[in-house]
Amino acid sequence: MADRVLLKNPMPHQDPAVRRRNFSEVALGYTEEAALSEAARCLNCKNMPCVAGCPVNIRIPAFIKKVREGEFEEAYKIITESSSLPAVCGRVCPQENQCEKRCVRGIKGEAVGIGRLERFVADWHNEHCKDLPELPAQNGHKVAVVGSGPSGLTCAGDLAKRGYKVSVFEALHLAGGVLVYGIPEFRLPKAIVQKEIDTLKALGVEIETNVVIGKTVTVDELFDDGYEAVFIGSGAGLPRFMGIPGESLKGVYSANEFLTRNNLMKAYLEDSDTPVMKAKNVAVVGGGNVAMDAARTALRLGAENVYIVYRRSLEELPARREEVEHAMEEGVDFKLLNNPVRIIGYNNPLDRRDPRNGSVIGMECIKMELGEPDERGRRRPVKIPGSEFVIDVDCVIMSIGTSPNPLIKSTTDGLIVNEKGGIIVEEETGKTSREGVYAGGDAVTGAATVILAMGAGKTAAKAIDEYIMSK
Amino acid sequence: MYRIVYKEILNPTVTLMDIEAPKVAKKALPGQFIILRVDESGERIPLTVAGYNREAGTVRIIFQTVGATTKKLSVKCEGEYICDFVGPLGKPTELAGLKKVCIVGGGVGCAIALPIAQYLHEMGCIVHSIIGFRSKELLILKKEFEACSDKLTLMTDDGSTGRQGVVTLPLKEAIEAGEDYDEVITIGPLVMMKFVVETTRPYGVKTTVSMNPVMIDGTGMCGGCRLTVGGETKFACVDGPDFDGFLVDFDEAMMRSGMYSEFERHAYEKTCNLFKGAESNG
Repeated sequence: MADRVLLKNPMPHQDPAVRRRNFSEVALGYTEEAALSEAARCLNCKNMPCVAGCPVNIRIPAFIKKVREGEFEEAYKIITESSSLPAVCGRVCPQENQCEKRCVRGIKGEAVGIGRLERFVADWHNEHCKDLPELPAQNGHKVAVVGSGPSGLTCAGDLAKRGYKVSVFEALHLAGGVLVYGIPEFRLPKAIVQKEIDTLKALGVEIETNVVIGKTVTVDELFDDGYEAVFIGSGAGLPRFMGIPGESLKGVYSANEFLTRNNLMKAYLEDSDTPVMKAKNVAVVGGGNVAMDAARTALRLGAENVYIVYRRSLEELPARREEVEHAMEEGVDFKLLNNPVRIIGYNNPLDRRDPRNGSVIGMECIKMELGEPDERGRRRPVKIPGSEFVIDVDCVIMSIGTSPNPLIKSTTDGLIVNEKGGIIVEEETGKTSREGVYAGGDAVTGAATVILAMGAGKTAAKAIDEYIMSK
Repeated sequence: MYRIVYKEILNPTVTLMDIEAPKVAKKALPGQFIILRVDESGERIPLTVAGYNREAGTVRIIFQTVGATTKKLSVKCEGEYICDFVGPLGKPTELAGLKKVCIVGGGVGCAIALPIAQYLHEMGCIVHSIIGFRSKELLILKKEFEACSDKLTLMTDDGSTGRQGVVTLPLKEAIEAGEDYDEVITIGPLVMMKFVVETTRPYGVKTTVSMNPVMIDGTGMCGGCRLTVGGETKFACVDGPDFDGFLVDFDEAMMRSGMYSEFERHAYEKTCNLFKGAESNG
């Protein structure tokens, strides 16, 4: 009989007053007792609405049943049938909009903590099972994967399990894509990402770093080298800026740059050669998960005041609720219904060579109110005339989205992209306009979530398998 | 890991290295750049390619010791390895169809200008080169420029070799004397390129500049290398590094290039002290 408790077992966390100044993981994970108790809340429904809510269709009730029986390794095996990155997804998936949103327990009370259980199972496995998976029987076919982020790794893992020889090409010096350059250590420890990548390598996936497809090697050359299909998961590209005055001042970052300096280049560590500004007062413009990551990183670098400047209200904030709550607990100041008008720089009129010239000293904002709903049904923010004010900041981080990476489309003939630069694919297969070339993740959709990119990688792996087998 | 197959000290602050990187060597063209990391805690720095040998699979870099990373790199020896080396990145310099070009190089920028001059010379274009240095001790690549230039003018700030003065002086004279250049290509310190552009602008001679701003990934992801060109935001790593000099906002680029000067000064001193310590102990 399922446990009747209405609320999820709480997730233990580092104390906000402590964690706001360190880069260690915020959420500490379930204990075995908490996991058993949470698993007991699952009703094991016949029609499994949660599975349909998962972009990679993990057999959720089945793995939870194994947790309940204390068979954690068996639970892990069930999850990895569908997901190549369980320890990652258990941490960064927006479960509240996916599996947990469909959970029957959520009708009265809280949904089963599916994400927390997934994380528990993956961490238990990583702690207790040191053996790596065995190399699957090889089928003699070669596939190239461009980019080692969530979509590329998933596609590579799924194809490797089917016996393909998969080579992943990564432009940066480290594999993992957004999992290593974008998502901070305190939300997704890099050791966990590395562990997942090691598992893929054991499956026979080869990862070659420092190769920029479209520059070092083209897609055509990959086919010449004997790859029978290519999956493009090259990820998000150039950051967007607002187009307001002052965005080139010293102290203005894109969230991509700020996070890359800290996460990939470890600028927060003493011995890193990569600089990052340790500002006193920081404004992050935008309201997504990336904005929350940037704001919380700025705090951990020692900022006294960190503001989220967002033009709509709390209700419309696109970030996960949990991330917003964590940011608030840590002391991030939410300046909602505000929009930047210009960024103000220091200027010494008496000394043109003053090194402070061009450094950010403030940001002018205008207050907003919500008007009529736009085409997506979100109420449109409207300026309140005469409400301009200046906040004192020495650093501004623009976190208002990205456009897909431009490199591959400019060097691959016959690859059709949409007006925003996203590669056009057939949704059910990930097939592009070019035969044998598939794509998925942010390169197709523009900035989205890890799990959606994984779903796309999975879809494409299946389609690539069918394509090669039917040749 | 990428092996240093050849190293030559060109002057007290400038070092040449050939790095074994066959994939990059196969594709590199004049004007493109690479990104390297010296060691595991190293930063990613962009360097424009100074040459390549497709058969040997090597890429030539020439760099000035200006900060912690270039200091660390400069003390590496032949046969040693650097951690990462990726490229070629950015767009190659557009050279097709040019008949007569003036190359204006300043300081270590001459190292990047050289492969362009050589490429143009090989395709039969008339090449006039103007190269400038602070003084005789800092002069590099004179012979190489002589070999590929129809006319070479050497300038130094102090007159210790060549003619005394700035590079814009002979450039202006040449244009006024009726040299009908299809294009002026200039590579060097920002302030020099700014004045080259100011020299050619009144005559309307197309002028291409090579920008080398702060960069991290170099693949169009971080946006750190943004510049204002013709009133629009451009990214040096994917839209450049070459731009129409008449459109570049040099004042902004100079201001942005100083963003980490304080950090860099500290890091440089720390690294130098480290090596000094090692030398005195050894």
